[in-house]
Amino acid sequence: MASSNSLMDSLFQRSLEDLIKGIRLHLLGESSFISKSVDEIRSEIKLTDLSTKSIALQKLSYLAALHGVDMSWAAFHAVEVVSSSRFGDKRIGYHAIAQSFSDQTPVLLLITNQLRKDLNSSNEYEVSLALECLSRIGADDLARDLTSEVFTLLGSSKAFVRKKAIGVVLRVFDKYPDAVKVCLKRLVENLDSSDPHILSAVVGVFCELTTKDPRSYLPLAPEFYKILVDSRNNWVLIKVLKIFAKLALIEPRLAKKVADPICEHMRRTVGKSLLFECIRTVLSSLSDQESALKLAVAKIRDFLVDDDPNLKYLGLHALSIVAPKHLWAVLENNEAVVKALSDEDLNVKLEALHLLMAMVNEENVSEISRILMNYARKSDPLFCNEVITSLLLACSRNSYEIVVDFDWYLSLLGEMARIPHCQRGQEIGHQMIDIGTRIKDVRLELVRVSRSLLIDPALLGNQFMHPILSAAAWASGEYVEFSKTPYEIAEALLQPRTSLLPPSIRAIYIHSTFKILVFSLRGYFTAQEPISPPLVQESTSSGSSAVNCFTYKSISSLMNMIELGLRSLSGTLDVEVQERAKNVLGFIGMIEHEIAEKVTGQDNETAVSSAIVFMEDVFSDELGPVSSTAQEKVPLPDGLEIKENLEDLQEICGEFLKPIFESNSNTNSFSASDKISFSVTKLSIRDQQEASSSSSPPPESASLLAEHRKRHDLYYLSSQKKDEHNDSNGNNNTLNEYPPANEISGDSFNPKKKMNQSKPRPVVVKLDEGDDDLKTKPNASSNDEPLSRAIQTALMGKGMGKEREKDNHEKILDSGIKEQSSGKEKKTKKKNGEKSSKHRSRRRSDKEASAAKPVEIVDFLL
Amino acid sequence: VNLQHKEEEVKTQRSESSEKPKEKEKSQFEELRSLKMGIRFILMVNKQGQTRLAQYYEWLTLEERRALEGEIVRKCLARNDQQCSFVEHRNYKIVYRRYASLFFMVGVDDDENELAILEFIHLLVETMDKHFGNVCELDIMFHLEKAHFMLEEMVMNGCIVETSKANILSPIQLMDKAH
Repeated sequence: MASSNSLMDSLFQRSLEDLIKGIRLHLLGESSFISKSVDEIRSEIKLTDLSTKSIALQKLSYLAALHGVDMSWAAFHAVEVVSSSRFGDKRIGYHAIAQSFSDQTPVLLLITNQLRKDLNSSNEYEVSLALECLSRIGADDLARDLTSEVFTLLGSSKAFVRKKAIGVVLRVFDKYPDAVKVCLKRLVENLDSSDPHILSAVVGVFCELTTKDPRSYLPLAPEFYKILVDSRNNWVLIKVLKIFAKLALIEPRLAKKVADPICEHMRRTVGKSLLFECIRTVLSSLSDQESALKLAVAKIRDFLVDDDPNLKYLGLHALSIVAPKHLWAVLENNEAVVKALSDEDLNVKLEALHLLMAMVNEENVSEISRILMNYARKSDPLFCNEVITSLLLACSRNSYEIVVDFDWYLSLLGEMARIPHCQRGQEIGHQMIDIGTRIKDVRLELVRVSRSLLIDPALLGNQFMHPILSAAAWASGEYVEFSKTPYEIAEALLQPRTSLLPPSIRAIYIHSTFKILVFSLRGYFTAQEPISPPLVQESTSSGSSAVNCFTYKSISSLMNMIELGLRSLSGTLDVEVQERAKNVLGFIGMIEHEIAEKVTGQDNETAVSSAIVFMEDVFSDELGPVSSTAQEKVPLPDGLEIKENLEDLQEICGEFLKPIFESNSNTNSFSASDKISFSVTKLSIRDQQEASSSSSPPPESASLLAEHRKRHDLYYLSSQKKDEHNDSNGNNNTLNEYPPANEISGDSFNPKKKMNQSKPRPVVVKLDEGDDDLKTKPNASSNDEPLSRAIQTALMGKGMGKEREKDNHEKILDSGIKEQSSGKEKKTKKKNGEKSSKHRSRRRSDKEASAAKPVEIVDFLL
Repeated sequence: VNLQHKEEEVKTQRSESSEKPKEKEKSQFEELRSLKMGIRFILMVNKQGQTRLAQYYEWLTLEERRALEGEIVRKCLARNDQQCSFVEHRNYKIVYRRYASLFFMVGVDDDENELAILEFIHLLVETMDKHFGNVCELDIMFHLEKAHFMLEEMVMNGCIVETSKANILSPIQLMDKAH
């Protein structure tokens, strides 16, 4: 019964063609048809008849390749089919294996013997199948076991087989590096082959090998050179050019040598692909060869003005390779680059954008920004944000190195913020604060820009604007003394639409309002006092003029407005917002009455005025920029083991976390009103305590803490130190938890801070006068990294020395090349002897950089 | 005589210098697991985005292949004739070209010469034209194994090894005769 069944199956088996037709017919129920077919295949593939099996496998491969059907389960059947003596079956089997086997396939090693058999076959097509398969699945073991077969085939008399064997070598080397010992020599011999197909294959292999490890293949340079000069096959030439691009980078003398033939290829009318490869090789590796570079740049120009978008893209791409070293090439083509910004293709536009960013310097930055902003306004969101990102990055590099006029830059940031598609609020906001803290002179403008952003209610609805608004709010509060209209800003900070802001930013808004209030009150009181002590030192002329215009009326209306705005927030769910609102309200409540008395009383030393002076002091401490590495500069306290394994802490944390959990669930059971009243009382405690010191932990947690400390004293900082800092920073609102950081900002960090602040433009103005060489120097010093400076000077000194020597070499090389190309080996060898002494001096200087350079190779080369 | 002498020297030099790579390669081996090989994959996709041929020269799981194909097809099909034929995707560069209703897409690594790959695609199409006579989507659907055969002749292990149409087609013609 079973046998007749199988006979029926094989007689009426669907062929691959039937399957494809079926799929086309069942357009709607495709997946069900496919799964039905897979079921069919499953039963067919188990039959003993090899041809049925192979057709089933063929169908399965088809479904796997185009319809994503899993075929890993059929791995063993593929092995069976491969063993068939029929070429057609074998082909199907090998194809299935190549397609579905990975290094992890368990039956992989079962095919080793079959592969060996086919590699030794007298039928070249069977050999070819086996080679093809090996090139796709060659796992470590396979590669090792079959190395000798591949070696034999490398010398095959049939070009058809030999070129495929060459193609496989790369895979074998990759999986079994020891094969290099056996095969490399044969591979090299194939470089001399007269058969263009073999040559093409072998050059391709060397191209990949050279990419991997250029130095090892330097000795083959003469062979490659010969191919470069003689070959007329574009495929081969492209690969050889790629090889030389790698070799020339590690052996500068080669660059000089190959420049001429490459220029020759460029001048010939050749295919665009070869021309482009020549250009790319020159730009990336031979850019010191002036004539070659000029020719290549001229060819790029042809690409840029071509109508073919491919050539335009590649032309721009090529320019971006050369831009870092030879900016003139980009500048010469800047019209084409700018034109490409309005191209239809995003890829082209992005290349053009990168090039423009490479061109940007302090003289043209405003012009380029103007052009780019115009493009950003009218382009799609994606490109628009690319433009903004690049501008922000270019302008902020090296502490805003290229920005001379910061008033301009801040207004540019303001403009960016208002572009509808802009999604880079985070970075813009960050830069606004950064500039504000670093550069004093620019704060007036910063406050002006911030004001215009804050008073626009439309901006509050855009979530990408929020980080910018947050920065603007902070700046308006921190630098309120530069504001002409504090009242207006306070109003903007409290406008109804601020409810659209996330709580964290709202808290900043409220805090800034607080700062404005304190500033205004201070101004009011100083105006009242007959002798005005110059407490507000930073305030400029405009600031102090604003100070003078506070009257009782304006102050009380300001306070009323703030009270009105914040009253509703005292019940917000977010604790940060709630607490800050409460702080301000508490402060207002404290001084409200006294202000009224003040008008009549003219009493100088009241509690209120001293409280205001105190608050003023709290806010007057200037905030400086913080280096991203500041944390590292905190000295390690004695006894703190940072690198120690803290696994046993887990145990401690476990026992410590539990009670918190419990208490959490306890609070959850409280009613909502309880919670609020609790927090309100806590806040009122805070309000009282604020003037004297930061709040102390509640008693029960203190006792817990003390207990914990007693048990795990090992992990605590020494208590002395903590106390010390509490004393010194008791009044300071900033970062009480990290006393060491404050200490740092006092001494070791300050010098840098000052430098950054006093950096403004005088430094850059000096830069303007200097020439290009000077440009890098101030950078190095401002980076305050002696290491980078040392490297830079060392490199510069070396570079100059090298150049001088290179000139010598070039003269010698020139003659050397001519002689070699005419085939007179003896002379060049003699030359080698003469030159070696000169080379040695250069080599010695190179040694520090690359000690591994093999000496013999260098001499052999020429 | 000179030439011979040189060749000998070349060989001795080589055996010396090949000592080094061997030692090195052991250590380099791990990090270079995925040796770059020029062409990483070749796809033929119709206008509806259905894959008609997929040939990979590096191992990717079935899911990875499908995901990759989906992403690439979406990217390339959205582009028009005025845009360039190169798209960057993950760590690949995709060079593609449209012939009638079929898109030919070749994934290469960053070094590869884009224009040469375009020429390669053109050569492939010409070869198929020569065999099928004005090749169309159906030809590739119903003769997938022949299309693979041509590719296997042209590309070995990601390297282009054969560029002559006659050479590419001769094994297929032999096979056709045998049937």
